[in-house]
Amino acid sequence: MSTATRPSAPAVPEAARATRYLRIFGTPVALLGVVAALYLYVDAQDLDRIEQRSLNAEYLVSRAVQHLSLSAVVVVLILAVAIPLGIVLTRPWARKAAGPVLTLANIGQATPTFGLIVLFAVVFMTWGVHTIAIVAFWLYGILPVLRNTMVGLEQVDRSVVESARGMGMSRARALISVELPLAVPVMLAGIRTALVVTVGTVALATFVGAGGLGDVINNGIISSRDTVLLTGSVLVAVLALFIDWLAGLVEDLFRPKGV
Amino acid sequence: MPDHMIQLVELTKSYPGQSEPAVDALTLDIPEGEIVVFVGPSGCGKTTTMKLINRLIEPTSGRILLNGADVTGSDPDELRRGIGYAIQQTGLFPHRTVAENIATVPKLLKWGTERVRARVDELLTMVGLDPAEYRGRYPKQLSGGQQQRVGVARALAADPPVLLMDEPFGAIDPLTRETLQNELLRIQREIRKTIVFVTHDIDEAVKIGDRIAIFSEHGRVAQYDTPEKVLSEPADEFVADFIGAGASVKRLSLTRVADAAVATDWPTVQRGEQPRESDREFLLVLDEGRAVEWLPRRDGRGGLPVLNAVGPDHTLYDALNAMLTNNSDVVVVTDAEGTYRGTLDMPAIQDLIHADDTTSVPRRATKGEVR
Ligand SMILES: Nc1ncnc2c1ncn2[C@@H]1O[C@H](COP(=O)(O)OP(=O)(O)OP(=O)(O)O)[C@@H](O)[C@H]1O
Ligand SMILES: [Mg+2]
Repeated sequence: MSTATRPSAPAVPEAARATRYLRIFGTPVALLGVVAALYLYVDAQDLDRIEQRSLNAEYLVSRAVQHLSLSAVVVVLILAVAIPLGIVLTRPWARKAAGPVLTLANIGQATPTFGLIVLFAVVFMTWGVHTIAIVAFWLYGILPVLRNTMVGLEQVDRSVVESARGMGMSRARALISVELPLAVPVMLAGIRTALVVTVGTVALATFVGAGGLGDVINNGIISSRDTVLLTGSVLVAVLALFIDWLAGLVEDLFRPKGV
Repeated sequence: MPDHMIQLVELTKSYPGQSEPAVDALTLDIPEGEIVVFVGPSGCGKTTTMKLINRLIEPTSGRILLNGADVTGSDPDELRRGIGYAIQQTGLFPHRTVAENIATVPKLLKWGTERVRARVDELLTMVGLDPAEYRGRYPKQLSGGQQQRVGVARALAADPPVLLMDEPFGAIDPLTRETLQNELLRIQREIRKTIVFVTHDIDEAVKIGDRIAIFSEHGRVAQYDTPEKVLSEPADEFVADFIGAGASVKRLSLTRVADAAVATDWPTVQRGEQPRESDREFLLVLDEGRAVEWLPRRDGRGGLPVLNAVGPDHTLYDALNAMLTNNSDVVVVTDAEGTYRGTLDMPAIQDLIHADDTTSVPRRATKGEVR
């Protein structure tokens, strides 16, 4: 859209623009700084054999990759279930089911993840460690996406949907071209929460032997090596913040214009 | 008998869980090319009736005929693409530009891009918005009145024969509302659609409607008639109450000056010429066809400027208002260009108001007396 067709909206205040730039460029710079400081700190230490087994590039990269791929699978499964479910539960014919389903999802999130994953490991021993981890984290992260999909769809102005139908859009057409685009900002906020929550909780996968950066933390705990523990914790935190930053950019990108 | 575009036959809608139906056995014929206004108190079933017509709501029983054909069993989506729909809350898509909003139904009907673009610009011009300036804007970048204009343009986009408008000017300040009403009437003179228009406001109904359906409750129509008839012969007490005080004054706004008999016998004199003898107290001074001054017959007094002349598009209400403002019992009438056409005085207005009124008492011929 050319500036000529814009109405005389008040100019974006300087302060707001500065915050925006800080948000876009500040976070990665700060995170890089943290990682660099961590590297310099670890590099300056005299590492013993046990510490070296955890604190080498090959090991750390492999755990980080495990961590990310496990998180990715969990998040994809969350989206694949929570978004369609959220859509269905906001249709008039299924609205009665919304309460019970939300209660279930609430229980999923209210249960301590650690308890959930251990419980699963005991009850579903035959499933294999990865399945157990994925199902537990999936249950845990489903609520924010489900709830925000529903809230996002419900906050769409009824008169807008009604006029879409009144002009002859089918239900599906109205959902796709009116309701969902208008729900996107709220939905994306939920997805962003789920991403961050998942990247954080996947650190617990180590307790069922499913790998990830939790391994580094766990190594630090059982061997009482604080440098290892610190490295693992910082890396998980940096990863979560980085994902949050990425999701924030996507949110900005997909926010419909004019809303 | 005019052709009926929309016929409602024993139409009934009961919402689940409500003891009384919202619309109860409503039968109504809506003639082609006319504006029919549904007016009535809140909750009397106006919106429900509208939504029954385009089948946003399915009737509990009864039939709807569109152009003679029963549409109760047809595909509702298809049906709605042929019925324009504009509502008070505008229902504009906030994430779509003005052009995209207007193009909604043409796109659903799979018109070509070029045709859609041309149509959007044509409609924006028709509703008084400069296409170059407005087509790329988003709804929230428009004022309430502009949003309503876009709403009307969107409803007209695919040139539907029928237009449903549910309080389209309800949430707008009185001045803008009047402008929009005038523009709707102007547009209607060109396009001659069958329009069902819902409002709370009896004055709006009188102004807009070719016919008015006054709803009492449960979609029951207390009176269905022309504005003149509704005002002069309210069917029952409910209608009389609903019209409220001042029905006679309201009727003044039904007649335009163009349709009134204008007196052309007022003595006039061209500027600079010698005044003729006459029995009137004032002479009208004309200058290049325009009335400019009231000149007293007796010498020694200066002339008075001609103020608040009325044109052909003004109503008798405006004419009366001009007389009261000028503290005079006569007002100058001009044509659209401002050229002098004649005069209109108080007795003439009284005659017009009571033209078909047999009960009025004989009037004293005293000039300017208002009963
Ligand atoms: N979706 C609905 N479910 C149940 N009852 C409804 C529904 N919509 C309307 N009603 C009821 O039906 C009756 C008629 O409502 P409707 O909206 O047609 O009135 P209206 O004449 O348009 O009123 P207003 O002038 O306030 O817009 C009201 O009593 C209302 O409470
Ligand atoms: Mg209504």
